[in-house]
Amino acid sequence: MSTGVTKSINLNGPAGTLPASAAKAHGFVAPPKVRKPLHLGWLVMTIYLTFLLLPIYWLVNMSFKTNVEITNTFSLWPNNPTLRNYTVIFTDPSWYNGYINSITYVVMNTVISIAVALPAAYAFSRYRFLGDKHLFFWLLTNRMAPPAVFALPFFQLYSAFGLIDTHLAVALAHCLFNVPLAVWILEGFMSGVPREIDETAYIDGYSFPRFFVKIFMPLIASGIGVAAFFCFMFSWVELLIARTLTTTAAKPIAAIMTRTVSASGLDWGVLAAAGVLTIIPGALVIWFVRNYIAKGFALGRV
Amino acid sequence: MLELRQVTKKVGAATHIEDVSLILESGSLNVLLGPTLAGKTSLMRLMAGLDTPTSGDVFMNGVKVTGLPVQKRNVAMVYQQFINYPTLTVYENIASPLRVAGVDKTEIDRRVRQTAELMRLTPMLKRTPLELSGGQQQRTALARAVVKKADLVLLDEPLANLDYKLREELRAELPRLFAETGAIFVYATTEPTEALLLGGSTATLSKGRVTQFGPTTEVYRRPADLTTATTFSDPPMNTLRATKTGDRITVSDGSTLPATGRLGRLADGAYLFGFRPHDLHLEPTATDTISVPATVAITEITGSESFVHLDAPDGRWVGLIHGIRPIEIGARVEVRLDPERFFVFSADSGRAVVTPPAMAA
Repeated sequence: MSTGVTKSINLNGPAGTLPASAAKAHGFVAPPKVRKPLHLGWLVMTIYLTFLLLPIYWLVNMSFKTNVEITNTFSLWPNNPTLRNYTVIFTDPSWYNGYINSITYVVMNTVISIAVALPAAYAFSRYRFLGDKHLFFWLLTNRMAPPAVFALPFFQLYSAFGLIDTHLAVALAHCLFNVPLAVWILEGFMSGVPREIDETAYIDGYSFPRFFVKIFMPLIASGIGVAAFFCFMFSWVELLIARTLTTTAAKPIAAIMTRTVSASGLDWGVLAAAGVLTIIPGALVIWFVRNYIAKGFALGRV
Repeated sequence: MLELRQVTKKVGAATHIEDVSLILESGSLNVLLGPTLAGKTSLMRLMAGLDTPTSGDVFMNGVKVTGLPVQKRNVAMVYQQFINYPTLTVYENIASPLRVAGVDKTEIDRRVRQTAELMRLTPMLKRTPLELSGGQQQRTALARAVVKKADLVLLDEPLANLDYKLREELRAELPRLFAETGAIFVYATTEPTEALLLGGSTATLSKGRVTQFGPTTEVYRRPADLTTATTFSDPPMNTLRATKTGDRITVSDGSTLPATGRLGRLADGAYLFGFRPHDLHLEPTATDTISVPATVAITEITGSESFVHLDAPDGRWVGLIHGIRPIEIGARVEVRLDPERFFVFSADSGRAVVTPPAMAA
């Protein structure tokens, strides 16, 4: 691997006339003519994965240790494996309610986002109207401001409507950045479906709603899956808005994790166990859309 | 009976269809012939009701249907691209218009199987369209159009993306498939040969206008103007500029010929003589001929015939010469023409003045 890189530099360096992208592309395709058998590939991969997985391993490792072991000794694996930390989370309502709250508003948000984005994306994909391009781009700019910007107006607004500390408040607030994203992803997938399919369905006699549900949605099922995944993910990891808009009844798990300093100090083990449990839903969801995720990152435009 | 009355379609500043009036009888086979962008698809979309005309009206069996959504009309359409529902099986694809119409289940099954048999799709019924070859996919789309028993069947270059053998096969079958349903059958194509093979009536389109409509052979033999003649000739009709004064006709290279026969009856003035590629000869023929010098530009050999492209005084000519002959590029040749075979068009309006009699052969 390393020899390949060196070779490409040698090839293109002296020439100096190729644009950077061309040089890169050239280096990428140039087959190394003389190449010693290289057995270091696995090593690079191992180092890479180690660095990537180390924090996650450490989290899992901690979650099975006692607080004494965490704070007093350095051990690569739990010396006295314990499930106490997990037991605490599954028995203490102040812990497991965090998960229930998070999942509730995340699912609500995902459903609302997709339900709103589907017709919007269809309109952007199939019709031309005044300012459609600008509106489409403006949608995405909603993602460009940090959530902190919107925390204050949301708090004021939802207070006025008595929505503070409800799941709906967080679900609606997260639509701010999830709806535009879902519209962009779905529009990409929808534009990949020939317009003639719509027309054929109308000619066959389908009404618009029936065509949309029976013919069109199955066609972009993977797109819907990917869009739902992204909505789920972004809503799941968002902390600031979720914490601002909730106090007790709809408090998300991430917020609970940041407030676990008790009289006896930090409960490291429970915190680690909570972290592990927080990773799991995302990992589960990603499993279902793993084949389409790259297309999703390209907003469906591959 | 489908009637278009002075239909015009404008999209933005562009005019796609201009002042088209047509009457298509029930049970008739109609060909829309024209080059790409002539407006064939636009016209079909107006007929189907997918688009609404900017002005003018559409009547179906005497009832005005302008603006009526396509769902409410009994129409079937097949596109050049193979359009099916990729997520449904071939069976469900064919059944789809019947399911929407709420036809009885056993009746659906009977008709789908019968149509599949007709289109030779029976072994593929359980597969999805994307698992089929191009020809099978298009047959699925056609089966969906057949099974519906629509009043109006629109086929937009349905065979253009198929390979040659399959195209010939389906072209022969298609009119027969729809003939028994009594539907108005409209078939768009860019190929004059295809129009002639299909028969029926032909409407030639050029730049959004219908230049002529009538029985196919009639339009071919007696084009009303130069545009129609050029559209309905592949390669396009060759033209020769000529002026008639008294009993002499002067052609553009300066040579003259006696105005005899049909040409003798022309009034004095400027004309365009049109002749088809197979009426261009490179050797003296038995009939009375005139000769025009030209230079060979390209030769294309297609089996037992050759297309010879020539640089003539009036631009590029194409001749269809029998047999394969070694003709060198750049060679000077004498083109022999038979004035009896000329289509004569008015130089100003392009309207046909005289058309040659049908070939005996």
